[in-house]
Amino acid sequence: MTEKILINARIIDPSQGMDEKGSVVIDKSGKIKSIGKGVKKTDATPSAEIIDLKNNILIPGIVDMKAFVGEPGYEYKENFRTLSHAALAGGVTSIVTMPNTKPLIDNVSMVDFIIRRGRDKASVNLFPSATLTREIEGKQMTEFGLLSVKGIVGFTDVVKAVQSTETMAKIMNYASDIGVLIMQHAEDYELSKNGCINEGEVSTRLGLQGISYIAEKIIIERDLSLLNEFPCRYHINQISSKESLEVIKRNKESGLNFTVGVSINNLSLNENDIGDFKTFLKVSPPLRLEDDRLALVEGIKFGLIDVIVSDHTPEDEEGKRLPFAQAATGAIGIETLLPLALEMYHNESLPLKKIIETLTINPAKILKINKGTLKKGADADICVFNLDMPWVIKANLLKSKSKNTAVEERKVQGKVLMTFLNGKLAFKS
Amino acid sequence: MAVKKNTLAIKDQPKHLLGIQNLSVQEANDILKEAKTFIKLNRSSSKKSDILRGKTQINLFFEPSTRTQSSFDLAGKRLGADVMTMNVANSALKKGETLMDTAMTLNAMHPDIIVIRHQDSGAPNLLSQKVNCTVINAGDGWREHPTQALLDALTIINRKGKIEGLKIAICGDILHSRVARSNIYLMNMLGAEVNVIAPKTLMPKSIERLGVRSFTDMKQGLGGCDIVMMLRLQNERMQGSFLPSKREYYEFYGLTPEKLKFANKDALIMHPGPMNRGVEIDTKLADDINVSLVKEQVELGVAVRMACLKMYCKK
Repeated sequence: MTEKILINARIIDPSQGMDEKGSVVIDKSGKIKSIGKGVKKTDATPSAEIIDLKNNILIPGIVDMKAFVGEPGYEYKENFRTLSHAALAGGVTSIVTMPNTKPLIDNVSMVDFIIRRGRDKASVNLFPSATLTREIEGKQMTEFGLLSVKGIVGFTDVVKAVQSTETMAKIMNYASDIGVLIMQHAEDYELSKNGCINEGEVSTRLGLQGISYIAEKIIIERDLSLLNEFPCRYHINQISSKESLEVIKRNKESGLNFTVGVSINNLSLNENDIGDFKTFLKVSPPLRLEDDRLALVEGIKFGLIDVIVSDHTPEDEEGKRLPFAQAATGAIGIETLLPLALEMYHNESLPLKKIIETLTINPAKILKINKGTLKKGADADICVFNLDMPWVIKANLLKSKSKNTAVEERKVQGKVLMTFLNGKLAFKS
Repeated sequence: MAVKKNTLAIKDQPKHLLGIQNLSVQEANDILKEAKTFIKLNRSSSKKSDILRGKTQINLFFEPSTRTQSSFDLAGKRLGADVMTMNVANSALKKGETLMDTAMTLNAMHPDIIVIRHQDSGAPNLLSQKVNCTVINAGDGWREHPTQALLDALTIINRKGKIEGLKIAICGDILHSRVARSNIYLMNMLGAEVNVIAPKTLMPKSIERLGVRSFTDMKQGLGGCDIVMMLRLQNERMQGSFLPSKREYYEFYGLTPEKLKFANKDALIMHPGPMNRGVEIDTKLADDINVSLVKEQVELGVAVRMACLKMYCKK
């Protein structure tokens, strides 16, 4: 590979507090050679390829902490190749894959499989997670130590929370010693049993079983109490309500160390969008009130929420063409993550730098991976986007194998133009 | 140059009766007006008309039902339609066929009306998107039971002359009740004031947003009411953690002659059936023809369903 110099870029890299017009030189091995306003054409070798970014924005490739890939077992929903295409089209270069495949990623041999398969078929950086408990039954913890050695970045039961307080205490105690990342899906099942949307006016009108915010809050409160005793690396995958946020605020202010994520769905939609039983908007945690959505945006602003995830959950049409209560849960989102996040900039809710931070360096730090930054020497994973370009989201044009987007026909502003992976141009619109 | 009309392109969209929420006041009144004309027919010795002759009506009941199913059955037959009732318990749905597949299969038989009862809220809406005949909701999940509310309205009008200005109490398991929801919408639309009364565990969240006042106390909730609608308390609710016991429920929420005194002197009692005597209602009270409209509800149910079938069936 020849050297490349990307000129006339507005570089936003929160990892080094950078927001300036400048250039980026990518060396032959696909690493950042130099970056910033001081970089001149002469910093690159004379034979370097020059790419003029025409004042578009250049950020580190997005790190998505929660996406589901159908391999193994659900290839009809999504595979490594289709997920990679969707990710790159969305400016995402690193993905934490969820372990609720069939079979589950809960043992060492499955990790070997997924890493090998990913290496052959995927064209993005994959960071597999493993289940927190065997068979996601919430009873016995998986082999945290052995799995970490194999390359697992975090442990989660994805759509299930460990219900037993005793088991959770043991997990956190054990994890606090070996330093692995626990990623909890906060939901008390007894409280959320048979629930499919937020408990409130909409659930009352539609005659659907609701899920109270208490189901989420109670698990967060329990886990944070345990965290006081057993300080481990603890992350809440997605929160959905302002009540959860209050608990988080109280605990973060008292000095407890933990991190929090939110799904782009809960930031860009509310329960009213479900309308007349739109099953594509059945997600977990459920969409809640507009007040909750606004609180979550504020939560990002004040650093109570650390990361935004796509919660990319491909489901085929058959699974969604059912009465609401029976329909599959989840929406795809990896390709629309950035434009939806940019809405919060365009409607003046959040500064651009804050949004980019939650998509790049924050998740990388939580995962302890060397991504989400464009510091000298880092891998040249780069996303270039036009901040203002308007476009309309159309499911049939999305690259994911499943088309269950929750934002069909949405008008958005901001489009990914190029994505570089290890210095190579991997996507161009 | 002569322009040839492309009649194929203009496809008649069937009308559906999916819920009271989708009705206008005018439409509701039209149905009630039409239904009145059928009351007389149903009481006469020759009950048959030929309004729906040549039309096919399929009753698709996914949930067991006695009165609603027989009521729709009779209504269709009295209008001269060919009525087929699908015994879903033995059908392909048990073999894993989805609602949509069943819909497509039935659609291929060119029915004019499908009457559907389903345990999932929204199932009739989904069905209506896939078939090109009229869909009539005969009860879906906890969401709506429009013909029940319409027959209740007709029963009230028959006795009280009008609905506007009346105060109506709906008591019991509001949370799991489609009858309650449809009645809340319809009675509000027709100008009544609606109180709902239930223990907190059986009261849906934000119910006030539907335009009612909610009470947990019968004395307060029944105050000044002209109509008292009791709901069935399903046995399975007793096994969960909703209530401590039938005895306690009856004590606080069961309708007795004493509690009825909280309502207006000439207050009338309604119940969608089937009744749990001694659980939500005193057995003598239920049979007291001076205050109970239960039998009339069943009678007028047929008339209301005839009106709905007539008005919604594609000509």
